[in-house]
Amino acid sequence: MKITFPHMGKLEMVLTDVFDRSGLDYIVPPKTTIKTLQLGVRHAPEFACLPLKITIGNFVEALGAGADTLLMAGGIGPCRFGYYAEIQKCVLRDAGYKFDMVVLEPPPAGLKPFVDTLKVLAPGKSIYEIWRLIKVSFRKARILDELEKYTLKYRAYEATRGTTTKAYKQALETMRPAISEDEIEAARAEAFAILEAVEKDMGRSCVKMGIIGEFYVLLEPFVNFDIEEYLGHMGISLERAVYLTDWISPSKENQISGISNDEVARAAKPYLNHFVGGEGLPSVGHTVLFAKEGFDGVLHLFPFTCMPDIIAKSILPRISKDFDIPTLSLVIDEQTGKAGVLTRIEAFIDLLTSKKAYKERKSLETVGSVR
Amino acid sequence: MCATVGVPQALLYYKYFPLWSTFLDGLGAEVVVSGATTKKMINTGTSLGENELCLPVKVFFGHLVDLKDKADALFVPRVVSVEKRAYTCPKFLGLPDLARSVDGSLPDILDPVFNRRLSRRKYYEAILDFGKTFTRSKVRIIRAWRAGLAAQKTYEGRLEAGLTPMEAMAGEAAAPSGGSLRIGIAGHPYNIYDPYTSLNLIKKLHQWDIDVVTTEMLPAKVLHKEAGRLPKRLFWSYEQEVVGSVFHWLNTKSVDGIIYVLSFACGPDSLVQALLESETRRKGGMPLMSLVVDEHSGEAGMITRVEAFVDMLRWRRQ
Repeated sequence: MKITFPHMGKLEMVLTDVFDRSGLDYIVPPKTTIKTLQLGVRHAPEFACLPLKITIGNFVEALGAGADTLLMAGGIGPCRFGYYAEIQKCVLRDAGYKFDMVVLEPPPAGLKPFVDTLKVLAPGKSIYEIWRLIKVSFRKARILDELEKYTLKYRAYEATRGTTTKAYKQALETMRPAISEDEIEAARAEAFAILEAVEKDMGRSCVKMGIIGEFYVLLEPFVNFDIEEYLGHMGISLERAVYLTDWISPSKENQISGISNDEVARAAKPYLNHFVGGEGLPSVGHTVLFAKEGFDGVLHLFPFTCMPDIIAKSILPRISKDFDIPTLSLVIDEQTGKAGVLTRIEAFIDLLTSKKAYKERKSLETVGSVR
Repeated sequence: MCATVGVPQALLYYKYFPLWSTFLDGLGAEVVVSGATTKKMINTGTSLGENELCLPVKVFFGHLVDLKDKADALFVPRVVSVEKRAYTCPKFLGLPDLARSVDGSLPDILDPVFNRRLSRRKYYEAILDFGKTFTRSKVRIIRAWRAGLAAQKTYEGRLEAGLTPMEAMAGEAAAPSGGSLRIGIAGHPYNIYDPYTSLNLIKKLHQWDIDVVTTEMLPAKVLHKEAGRLPKRLFWSYEQEVVGSVFHWLNTKSVDGIIYVLSFACGPDSLVQALLESETRRKGGMPLMSLVVDEHSGEAGMITRVEAFVDMLRWRRQ
């Protein structure tokens, strides 16, 4: 069995770590490129959302590279993501590919199938061993997210452009070989030391922007045109609503973003009083929280026809008005061009920068008049 | 409390109006229904709604605005789930919130929650909670709800007898059968039966001497059993019905062809379309046409395609 999986940002690092521990033979699909997208678009249903198309492209390329088993996550709805695996199976079989498919359905769909699937992924291991393995690997994955969060926030302050990105890559490589818990903690200290050693100019006045939206588009740099690095280089300090481990974790305590699901739902309540699948509710809730924390603006990214985030997009104008916080929603699909996205983002940055300057001037004037 | 409650003639109206109107009536409210869909409503809905929203939701917005001056409150229930282990579409889960973000000048929005995923007790508590905005008498609420369920049962019986929702609600007789062809129309009731959205598809087919059967005309049991043949159960109830009806027609060969109507950018349907087309290909022998509608669809384009499909069906017969 040669197992493979779709790409989604750092997911590759997390899964290969798990497979190395469980002793499973795997193939990492070739990096997502425009060719992957074209392959996916050829096989996928026309109106399906972008993540389905690209993951199908990943699978086609991985099968071509010698994989024979596809690993995919399942779901219980109402977001389309939960049915991806079935569609992938259907269209790839119709296209003549031969493969096995392992679908990891979440525990709410049935505990026994969940455990059985885990046993397939870690052959010959006991439940306790699997639990230990996941626990240690997950701790490592959390650290990867912590590093990313730090990078997003401080890239805007670097003294020399590009040094943070370089340090971040180096930090990830430091984490990669760590196996035991002690090694992981040691690598963590070293990785953070690398990031902290980057020379920063903290006196710089940077616009603070929150990023919300559908997780795949947020997490996969190929799809979002590496927007976070671009924004960082434009001098924007970022905070993201969704991180990989927060999203995978069954717990309601989102350790990386630091805001629990309950808090998010409470914040969203006046605008959206029910979960709607996917990132619909978090997108609304985090926008409110970003506004309350005094962020300068919110960027909203989601794939074309994404149901939950269309609901969020319909509601964002109300929040924007109530809290006087600018938001920009960008819809991404296979037709989206980088130049078009960057033009709109540049205009948005100009707006945020002048608004911030105006606010600062205003507050100086009021201070002056009080005196 | 409020004297008149407006019910938009869109989306789930076609599925549950008898239940809703009887229930609201029993609570002492006067029910007002928005007019039939017009070009103006679609234009209003399209300009107010986000452009990524699907056509039926935009049509729904048009109907809300139509009710603006006719009702004291608008009835926009949050239909989360209609059976265990399943949902409706995410848009229905967020519908009251979407309605509130359309236009600030709309009347109050009444949003009872219908969620079958919850325990029976919690399900009924939500109904009682909603009823309390009208009357303090629990007995009256329960009686109104039971009357609603009875009306709904009669209505569904009429649909199974082969009536379209409009015929069933108006108490009309079914269109005469005995046409030269029989076509199954699968899709969401709000797309199929809204004459404006579907560009009068059913009426056109009748005019061409063709019998029409739809998803709603099949018993729920049959739909469930047929949809159960999917390797993984669909977690959207209404899509399950669509799949069930197409699978039923494929199996029994009781129609000459199938027209599957879906709206552009419909999330669940985008995946269901792939499943249906794959299954039809595998089985062979049954023509299936997917007809995608959106706010730009023109009647001429639709007629050309359906005519070609019907011609093909007639040739197959000969």
